[in-house]
Amino acid sequence: MSGVTLALSGATYRYAGTPRDVLAGITLEVTPGRVTGLVGPNEAGKSTLCLVASGLAPASIGGRLDGSVTMDGTETRSLKPHELAQRCGVLFQNPTTQLSGTAVTVYEELAFGPRNLGLPIPEVVGRVEWAMAMLGIEALAPKDPARLSGGQAQLVALASVLALRPAYLVLDEPTSQLDPQGTRLVGEALAHLAGETGTGVLIVEHKTELLAALADQVVVIDGGRVLESGPAAVILADPRLAELWIEPPAAVRLRRALSAAGLDPDAALPAGALDPVAAASREDGGPAGPAGAMDRRGGGEHRA
Amino acid sequence: MTSPAAGAASRATLPGYVLRPTRGAYQGLSPTTKLVIAFAEAAIAFGVRGWTGPLAVLVVLALTAAAAGVARRMAPFALATIPLVISILLVNTLLYPGATDVIVRVGPLAPTYSGLTAALQATLRVIAFALSAAILGLTTPTDDLLADLERRGLGRRGTFVIGSAIRMVPRMGERAAEITDSQRARGMDTEGGLSRRVRGIVPLAGPMIFGALTEVEEQTMALEARAFSAPARRTVLRTLPDSAAQRLLRWVLFLGAIAAIAAEIAGVLHLP
Repeated sequence: MSGVTLALSGATYRYAGTPRDVLAGITLEVTPGRVTGLVGPNEAGKSTLCLVASGLAPASIGGRLDGSVTMDGTETRSLKPHELAQRCGVLFQNPTTQLSGTAVTVYEELAFGPRNLGLPIPEVVGRVEWAMAMLGIEALAPKDPARLSGGQAQLVALASVLALRPAYLVLDEPTSQLDPQGTRLVGEALAHLAGETGTGVLIVEHKTELLAALADQVVVIDGGRVLESGPAAVILADPRLAELWIEPPAAVRLRRALSAAGLDPDAALPAGALDPVAAASREDGGPAGPAGAMDRRGGGEHRA
Repeated sequence: MTSPAAGAASRATLPGYVLRPTRGAYQGLSPTTKLVIAFAEAAIAFGVRGWTGPLAVLVVLALTAAAAGVARRMAPFALATIPLVISILLVNTLLYPGATDVIVRVGPLAPTYSGLTAALQATLRVIAFALSAAILGLTTPTDDLLADLERRGLGRRGTFVIGSAIRMVPRMGERAAEITDSQRARGMDTEGGLSRRVRGIVPLAGPMIFGALTEVEEQTMALEARAFSAPARRTVLRTLPDSAAQRLLRWVLFLGAIAAIAAEIAGVLHLP
């Protein structure tokens, strides 16, 4: 494994006071500038994997971790929580518990992390405004964080993580409370982060449309083990995912339906119609087209 | 990783709603001064026996609330003490140790004048404490208070404990309402007589307590993930007000409250 990466190698984790390993020998890599999607059924260990990958487990919640988890070659166990926070941002499923609870405005909520680092005010302001612009939430800035809708809170929580400017992002269902427009915004922001700033992203997501458009690779886990991993388009088209109740992207379903009807999908539809990015755009209510803002891979490089 | 645009950072200034100038003389006091005032009020209300301590504090609180323009928003805080006040009244009036001055006998119940007097004094103390905290909360943004305390040397852990306690109050209220609504949606009747309402507390308490514990764990992780334990001194976004007069006032209030309690304990004070 290269030195510049977030890497889990044979990571086995067990929560404190429990007899069972929740993760069993997980090996995966999150590299700068690339997005790794993580899918799996309920209780597969996805959220636990997020905690382990971000270093919060066992540092903050205890438990037993075997194997290796490194960030840029350094074992996460040897890093202090604030050092981890600057290297790896983590977003949990519930955005309300992620907010500081002490900020009067969303602006100050976003400033919470940079202020903790003791950054000078111009730097704090620059980071806050940049994070808001990334997610298009400037209009929320003067609002009370305690009075946000679930979707707004999720965007604010994500922006709060971005304001720390971590090299890696670990996101546990960042769009679970978002409408199609919000989902698209998050997708575009993550694509920009990975493509323009070289952020390595690990994202747990049930919306396979988003992963099809965004992820370079997808890892499937169940029972705390990696079942398979590979290019997103290949993995998301794997028919075995149905056994795990993971619905493939619309493009894959359409291709299968056309094939089942005895038609050649490539001949039956206009060029680009089965591009996952185009499909994601249509399903999210955005403009259709093969060159959407989330397309980071250049012309459907991984098309199934 | 590239940092946010340097040009934008260099010309960056905080928006007005973050700098928010304080309105009103009381709101304009230093958060620590308001905290010390609340402490002194609570200390005198509880530390000075008889009627004088709590009544004097309540008068001061009424004047302060009027001056700060928050008098109308105090009612919910006073009402929140009702369950505690009821229990104080019942326990003291009926079970005051050693009291023989019975007001009236109703079957096995024998309320006493001594018990009723002690209960009313305790009630005034509880209300005074609640209202002193209310004025502090209504006139001081939590973040300002924490920033001011931290600036004065209180560690981040200490500020987090205080901040958590302050923000837990409204959050618990919201959570209770959410749980009650969901229990009602599943057919539980929480309206009506006292016994029904008491029965409604049981299914409310479990989710409240366990939910709060789970939230605390998640919040702790979230704070760690946002560099809360970083050793650097936290950036202060705006300068908080303070003055030599306020410093003097704080010391006078602090030492005065201590002196009053000490005098009470020593038996020097002979107040009604």
